[in-house]
Amino acid sequence: MTTKLVLDDVHAGDELPELAYEVSATTIVLGALASRDWRPMHHDHDFAVNRNGTQDIFMNTPNQAAWFERYVTDWTGPTGRLGRMTFRMKGSVFPGDTMTMRAVVEGAEVDDAGCGWATLAVALTVDGDVKTECTVRVALPTAVDDNPWTRHGDQWRP
Amino acid sequence: MSIPSEVQALIGQVQYEETGEFPVERGYIWTTCASVENGNPLFWDDAVADAVTDGPIAPPTMLSVWFRPHHWSPGRDVQPLPLRVHFDLKEIFDLPEAVMTDNTIVFHEPVRPGDRLRTRQILRSVSEPKTTKLGTGRFWVIDVEYLNQRDELVGVESYTGFGYRRAEA
Repeated sequence: MTTKLVLDDVHAGDELPELAYEVSATTIVLGALASRDWRPMHHDHDFAVNRNGTQDIFMNTPNQAAWFERYVTDWTGPTGRLGRMTFRMKGSVFPGDTMTMRAVVEGAEVDDAGCGWATLAVALTVDGDVKTECTVRVALPTAVDDNPWTRHGDQWRP
Repeated sequence: MSIPSEVQALIGQVQYEETGEFPVERGYIWTTCASVENGNPLFWDDAVADAVTDGPIAPPTMLSVWFRPHHWSPGRDVQPLPLRVHFDLKEIFDLPEAVMTDNTIVFHEPVRPGDRLRTRQILRSVSEPKTTKLGTGRFWVIDVEYLNQRDELVGVESYTGFGYRRAEA
């Protein structure tokens, strides 16, 4: 088993390690095409500026979700299993931005089915401005021999 | 003012059920992981995937990727609209503008390479008319359910939209 983090390691108020990433045009275009989003505001500078009125091409929502997933599972390891994510978009991420992801643990609990859960408040910021807020509920092993991925049906309550 | 009966009748009804244009495949999984530098061994190391998830899976957040239509396909001359219930409501209520205010994704059974997923849209609620700083309109909540070829639920995306008409200057 490749358990990295168990529920007992996690407490309300804990902060996750920060992730900073310098966003380039390649980041934006690669992310859009990887998520099969062909809309021009995510790859065509002229369209983004002159038709959409934005300062540049910008990161699409599905790719932001992939960044949030990567950030959370960097912390949990492979036995962390995403249950639920809620996004609130407040601004855009452009080439040249350094985006920073930070998170704090809001709570840790075991549900009635015996599954361990952590709730995280994650923020993606650029120059201190929050661009996206994301609440993540992620299942964690309750012991080193527990594995949330083995849960199905009514044993999985995301 | 109440909810028109034609809209009331749509609440809870399954609409626009469709199957993805291609099966879940690992090339897109690796491209997506590369795009965010996601080194989770579940997606790169088959021994870890066998031990933890009983074989390879797709990153859960790729749920909607499997339903975006090809940019071009033979014989198609109109690009399909995503989230058609949302556009139907804009038309029914004659609300020219709309924004999405919240998006929640709930993950159920893992999605695996080779899966052939299907999706369906369900209108959950429509509000009475509301006025915000954007204008006057209505909020609605639409669920998009994703199922695999065994009819197992693999995920649900819930969108809260606000269709509105700008206040006249």
